[in-house]
Amino acid sequence: MIRFNNLSLGYGDRTLIDNLTGEVAAGALTALVGRNGTGKSTLLRAIAGIGDYFAGSIELCGRDLRSLPAADLATTIAFVTTDKVRIANLRCRDVVGLGRAPYTNWIGRMQAQDEKIVAEALASVGMSDYADKTMDRMSDGECQRIMIARALAQQTPIILLDEPTAFLDMPNRYELCSLLSRLAHDEHKCILFSTHELDIALELCDAVALISPPQVHILPTDEMIRSGHIERLFTNGIVEFNPATRTVKVKG
Amino acid sequence: MRKGTTILFTLLALCVVALFAADMCVGSVEITLRDIWTVMTGGECDPITTKIIIDIRLTKALMAILAGAALAVSGLQMQTLFRNPLAGPYVLGVSSGASLGVALFILGAPLLGLGGSSLLSSFGVAGAAWIGAAAVLMMVAAVSRRIKDIMVILILGMMVGSAVSAIVQVLQYMSHEEALKSFVVWTMGSLGDVSTTQLLLIVPAVVAGLAIAVAVIKPLNLLLLGEPYARTMGLNIGRTRMLILLSTTLLAGTVTAFCGPIGFIGLAIPHVARTMFRNADHRILMPATALLGAVSLLICDIVSKIMTLPVNTITALLGIPIVIWVVVRNKNIV
Repeated sequence: MIRFNNLSLGYGDRTLIDNLTGEVAAGALTALVGRNGTGKSTLLRAIAGIGDYFAGSIELCGRDLRSLPAADLATTIAFVTTDKVRIANLRCRDVVGLGRAPYTNWIGRMQAQDEKIVAEALASVGMSDYADKTMDRMSDGECQRIMIARALAQQTPIILLDEPTAFLDMPNRYELCSLLSRLAHDEHKCILFSTHELDIALELCDAVALISPPQVHILPTDEMIRSGHIERLFTNGIVEFNPATRTVKVKG
Repeated sequence: MRKGTTILFTLLALCVVALFAADMCVGSVEITLRDIWTVMTGGECDPITTKIIIDIRLTKALMAILAGAALAVSGLQMQTLFRNPLAGPYVLGVSSGASLGVALFILGAPLLGLGGSSLLSSFGVAGAAWIGAAAVLMMVAAVSRRIKDIMVILILGMMVGSAVSAIVQVLQYMSHEEALKSFVVWTMGSLGDVSTTQLLLIVPAVVAGLAIAVAVIKPLNLLLLGEPYARTMGLNIGRTRMLILLSTTLLAGTVTAFCGPIGFIGLAIPHVARTMFRNADHRILMPATALLGAVSLLICDIVSKIMTLPVNTITALLGIPIVIWVVVRNKNIV
């Protein structure tokens, strides 16, 4: 579970999110939505411990982020960034194996237990057949799954993903989000991902965190639809949001 | 470990032994393998041959192995740290720092009316080079504590290099012929000027550098995914960078100080290792790079002795085609 207490963040002297208090629940899939440049990535990076914030605090599973040693943070939170990882000569098995780094010894020796967890992680994203392939010869969608398997192998209660659906086609987007939803429910993980796919977020996610600068509203999906926040944020001269059908349509 | 990997390691180790023996045989005076065997096993031999083998050939061959392994391993660490296939120990300013140290020592000191020919012993030159290389790397390390972006540091290293070569050119322009010649000779690089006493200093420095390199194998593997990923997997980026820079100073700095700048080994050999072993795991790449570095510098030394050319010329001629090949087919190598 992620808890924010009066959190303020941004970059430079620009505040993007101000005085955020609320929590992202465990055992649920939460979508982080918002317009471009409203601080989705900045917020995710702050939670992952690789970005700074101005004021307030972030609690991960009841412990303050800033008091967590790097080793404990690595066993609490896993992050799938937008960075493309395409290393020649590095097999998928090895990439996913790197997720075991917080648990392995000084040189990274994999025990039988670690190998088993890696195999399970690959299986749960449906990539077992790719274990011995190298990532420079795979599609964006396949690479994305491998990076998610790496996050799973890290065996953390919290998983963050920055726009995991960005380079995927429509069926793959739905498949990926169903996978995340299943992981959240079956393994009681707290999964938060940023996305621009409003329809997927409203259809497959248990809760939605919506950035309405400088505030963030975190509500269960149904409540979010009724709240009117979405209409206010995603309606302009050209498109409008219809709460009844949960879709965005061009004004006609 | 895959089966092919074990075979490759065995072959490389045999190559090192064979080339080590060959390197001892080749030179201005021909020495047979039998003589070498006799001397090395403590048997009786012609006193002059014994002296050549122990004082010159053995030191030089050992130096080739140490320098080759040291330069290649420092290159591997730089390439992974900077995620740049064209990074090498010299890009960070090891070479330029060492050049500045030597230039100030050989060219600058006489201009100020200091020193004499006795002071220009190779030990003094090596000391100046080491101080210069360490100073530049300390500066880069200090900057890297404040600046998070690794590319900025790479660019700074190149800028420092350009600034240093400008200063060196000024010094060269103002210097006398004799001092200029000793400086130019140093820049050509040589494995032969190392004395047995100096080897006592070089061996611990290189061994310490290699030990640190082994200690950062796991961090290097994590850095393959990039710094954000490495940090979320519990890696202390600052400490890792400091260790890698320290290892590079000990490895490349020491070799450059005593042998002059030997180019292209650090840049090209890690790529040969990646291609040969088809692996990106540093647990394989680190020993592979060290062995290949030793093999290649032994070959370069043998060729340079046969053709009586400076070793730096040979490493450049062998290394440049590899670097060009890397640039041409450069796809996600590091």
